[in-house]
Amino acid sequence: MSIKVDHVSYVYDPDQKVRRYAIQDVSLEIRKGEFVSIIGHTGSGKSTLVQFLNGLLKPTEGHVYFDGRDIFEKDFSLKLLRQKVGIVFQYPDHQLFESDVLKDVMFGPKNMGQSPKEAEANARAALKVMAMDESTFEKSPFELSGGQKRRVAIAGILAMNPDYLILDEPTAGLDPEGRDEILELIRTLNWSQRIAVILVSHSMEDVAEYANRILVMNDGRIIMDDTPKNVFRSYQELEKIGLSAPQVTYVAHELKKKGFPIDEDIMTVEEAKKEILRILTHDS
Amino acid sequence: MIRDITLGQYYEADSLIHKLDPRVKLAFTLIYIISLYVGHSFYCYLFAALFLAGVIALSRVPVHFMLRGLRSIVVILVISALFNIFLVDGEVLVRFWKLRITKEGLVTAAYMVVRLILLILGSTVMTLTTTPNDLTDGLEKSLSFLKIFRFPVHDLAMMMSIALRFIPILVEEVNKIMKAQMARGADFDGGSLIKKAKAMVPMLIPLFVSSFRRANDLALAMEARCYHGGEGRTKMYPLKYQTHDYLAYLVLLVYLACMILVSKVL
Repeated sequence: MSIKVDHVSYVYDPDQKVRRYAIQDVSLEIRKGEFVSIIGHTGSGKSTLVQFLNGLLKPTEGHVYFDGRDIFEKDFSLKLLRQKVGIVFQYPDHQLFESDVLKDVMFGPKNMGQSPKEAEANARAALKVMAMDESTFEKSPFELSGGQKRRVAIAGILAMNPDYLILDEPTAGLDPEGRDEILELIRTLNWSQRIAVILVSHSMEDVAEYANRILVMNDGRIIMDDTPKNVFRSYQELEKIGLSAPQVTYVAHELKKKGFPIDEDIMTVEEAKKEILRILTHDS
Repeated sequence: MIRDITLGQYYEADSLIHKLDPRVKLAFTLIYIISLYVGHSFYCYLFAALFLAGVIALSRVPVHFMLRGLRSIVVILVISALFNIFLVDGEVLVRFWKLRITKEGLVTAAYMVVRLILLILGSTVMTLTTTPNDLTDGLEKSLSFLKIFRFPVHDLAMMMSIALRFIPILVEEVNKIMKAQMARGADFDGGSLIKKAKAMVPMLIPLFVSSFRRANDLALAMEARCYHGGEGRTKMYPLKYQTHDYLAYLVLLVYLACMILVSKVL
């Protein structure tokens, strides 16, 4: 069970003489249950790459396989693929349109051919998973706060019961509280329902805490594909392409330079706290 | 589909036509359209076509770029040609079933098609060689005499330039919204007409909502910079006639005079 991207390239305007690649010769495989994060700065091709995964964009070269089958073959149902591989785009305002929250979340399941009853049951379940209070179900989606809109947008995809959930910058424009809330909910989804999560982000802090695999993109290519620890260990390389490791990793490196026997691989504030306490108690 | 519309699409090039004052080009379009209705003979259209060909050559815009604008009016051309061919009375050439084709019908249809093509091409030259901003500037200046009648020229010009500015933004927005809804299984290109219209709702509502939001933001940003309409407002690059502009006006008048002459003599 996997999505496989095989030597894929994407050219902006194939008619032009000078080819401008958005994606250049990218290969990767994402298995069920993984929590993958794609990082890279603006224009590195991350948003383009994820659109191949459910056939919203067709690559200029290369193939995309879902469970071993080429998704751009004639008899392959893209509708079915989009039910299995859900994408939530950056701005919830681009998808909310119904008169109330519940109806909006039912839009996806209904398009998949479910009866209104089934669709409603799935929508209610998805909204519950996204921690939306039942009192908001009858509200207009336009009355909600930014964080709530985002959660409803995710629920709109979840209600189709996907196996893979792609989130394009799900925390952009949210306050720290709203950000943590959404990322926690996504992590729970990944654990409890074994939904593979592909998180597109440029926030190292988010990525370090939640992902178990990181793809680093630059200029349309994947330049690293490793565990967070290994990726952040080569933080100097990250800096070359305008990215950086989480701030606490830098603190750890500085402390190490000053002679503290600290593990430089720490990535989260929580880890840093434990490590520093360990050293302090160990010393005394 | 949206990409096919050349009208209102600027083509960057370094040419005499590009450098002309937008008011000259507006006058050109108006006079050219009028000239097409001056005479109805083969020579008139030939002369008009030659003049336009000269202008197009001067503008250095690739010809296929010009012709692209015609694609959108193919249907109108075909319909008007058919109506003329079958409905104009005169000397009957062919007759079958209840339809008949007359010599006069064929001639009128040909003239009609040629005139429409020249009309569209003539205005396409203007829009391809003038940036939308210059165009609204030119319009504002040319119509400023209407201010004595309390006609809000500046406000209309401002609205027009904002509208033009928003077209590419909205096109991109439509793209994004369509993708977001397709990810939820929406189907935009299948089924009957009613089904298609219904499928547009999930795209149109987010588009309207975001347009209103953008309009609101823009109004705030303009007010924050003390925008209060056209009163006392100066331009960074005021329009000024140069020698070549006066020459262009002269050429235009000579063209119109020749056209009238051709229609009377030949």
